[in-house]
Amino acid sequence: MRNIWTIARREYDLYFISPIAYIILFTMMLVLGIIFGVNVLGASQAGVFGGYVPDTTMITNSMVFMFLLSAPAITMRLLADEQRMGTMELLLTAPVRDVELVLGKWLGAFMFILTLIVMTLVFPLMLNQFTVPGIDWKFMLSGYLGVLLVVSAFLGIGVGISSMFSNQIAAFFTTLIVLVLLWWLIGAPANLLGKGGELFDYLSMQTHYYDSMAQGKIFLEDIIYYLSLTSLGIFIGTISIELRRWR
Amino acid sequence: MIQVSGLTKDYGARRAIDNLTFEAKQGEILGFLGPNGAGKTTTMRILTGYMPPTRGEASVAGFDIISESLEVRKRVGYLPETVPLYPDMTAFDYLMYMAQLRHLENAEDCVDDALEMVGMEERADGLVGKLSKGMKQRIGLAQALLHKPEVLILDEPSIGLDPGQVVEVRKLIKNIGQERTVLLSTHVLPEAQQLCDRVMIINKGQIVAEDTPGNLQARLVGAERASLRVRGKADKLLPKIQQIKGLENASLDSDGSLQFHFSPKKDVRPEVAKIAVNAGFDLLELKAVGMSLEEIFLELTREEKTAEPESE
Repeated sequence: MRNIWTIARREYDLYFISPIAYIILFTMMLVLGIIFGVNVLGASQAGVFGGYVPDTTMITNSMVFMFLLSAPAITMRLLADEQRMGTMELLLTAPVRDVELVLGKWLGAFMFILTLIVMTLVFPLMLNQFTVPGIDWKFMLSGYLGVLLVVSAFLGIGVGISSMFSNQIAAFFTTLIVLVLLWWLIGAPANLLGKGGELFDYLSMQTHYYDSMAQGKIFLEDIIYYLSLTSLGIFIGTISIELRRWR
Repeated sequence: MIQVSGLTKDYGARRAIDNLTFEAKQGEILGFLGPNGAGKTTTMRILTGYMPPTRGEASVAGFDIISESLEVRKRVGYLPETVPLYPDMTAFDYLMYMAQLRHLENAEDCVDDALEMVGMEERADGLVGKLSKGMKQRIGLAQALLHKPEVLILDEPSIGLDPGQVVEVRKLIKNIGQERTVLLSTHVLPEAQQLCDRVMIINKGQIVAEDTPGNLQARLVGAERASLRVRGKADKLLPKIQQIKGLENASLDSDGSLQFHFSPKKDVRPEVAKIAVNAGFDLLELKAVGMSLEEIFLELTREEKTAEPESE
């Protein structure tokens, strides 16, 4: 446990001296701010005519989409860079288990995104001020739980893929392709097949978010789905490091 | 401290090390000498738990390198060939990170001690990426010394250092080697002679010789060699000096100098000089040619070949 924490802390600190992290942080807040502004403004004008009241899905759903694109950039260097710099030899000869290394890397990235997610809480808080009688907190928390679980899986897959490369860019694109595949494409056969396509529907990452937590409904099944995916990524990362030793 | 028996490692079809057996005791500095690709790094990587061997057994500090890898890694300090550093961290932070991964109590004191040992206290707050190559090497060494390991494994520790630093680092290793076990690899022969209690010469994954540096030297230097340079063409001189007794294998080098061997018991150099001057040549240079590592290998393989029929 201690090793995981040591590695995670270092990764977390490292994000704050890397430009990519600040670009992601800044872009995220900017885009969310624009979405928020447009929605609130639009609603307030429409409100005169008895229009709709915006809810927090505009924040959480946008976040999920943006993390799909930015998670690969967050995870790409985690293990690939250690390989490139030769520091993998240092970590693999330190008294640290391979799984602790991968978990520490994942946790460091998760903590960074968690920081970002906490910052976005400013939008629901503002929305609560602007609307009467305020926002549905349970609905909001359900959405945020969904975001956390989705991000956890994104990062798990990302760290697993990062372990296979010594080139960050290769890790980035591979992760992006796999995420796009799992998020959108894998669900496509389900639509085509109709009945009998339930397996594809189950595998698709987005159904476990949009059909439940995004709508304020929390099912254990979806939580298990995302946690399994996270574990799978970390497991793959551990195995691939083990294989590197044997090579 | 280090016990290795029948260690073999294959990379695909290529055999990197072949059935190595050796040991190193506490308070001993064992030198690993060999050309690039001889299997030095592979052996060290196996002993430090970086990779498992294909066959064979080894134990370090009393623990098996495969089944008790974590225990071994706790007790070994390792400086790999390419010094593993994080350029974005300060030297101090880097060492603190390693100290925390090793669960050291008083991590800060350990880091300060290690920095002092390698003489880098003043650069502790500088970014590692901004340090010179020699300084990086020393930070890498500090990392290996951090936890005061029982066994120190150093892969080419003096590479990239300037002569002053080389002396410092050697002194440091010598000190450490008095109480602990040091296994170091090098392809610099004088380094092995100065530092090591015992030297193992490894070539193509096999140990070709193992002895104290002194004994090894005595066994190898069967003949001394010198080179002579005169003004003008030396080819007419060649038949004259070939008549000297005790002089062997005289030949004309492509750069116009004469090369010859002689037995250490009878130094023929004064005679060679006299003949050259008497024959009317202007003597420009007469110097001893040291044995290079490559020649030692040649010498060793030749020795092995002639020794084999006797032992059978």
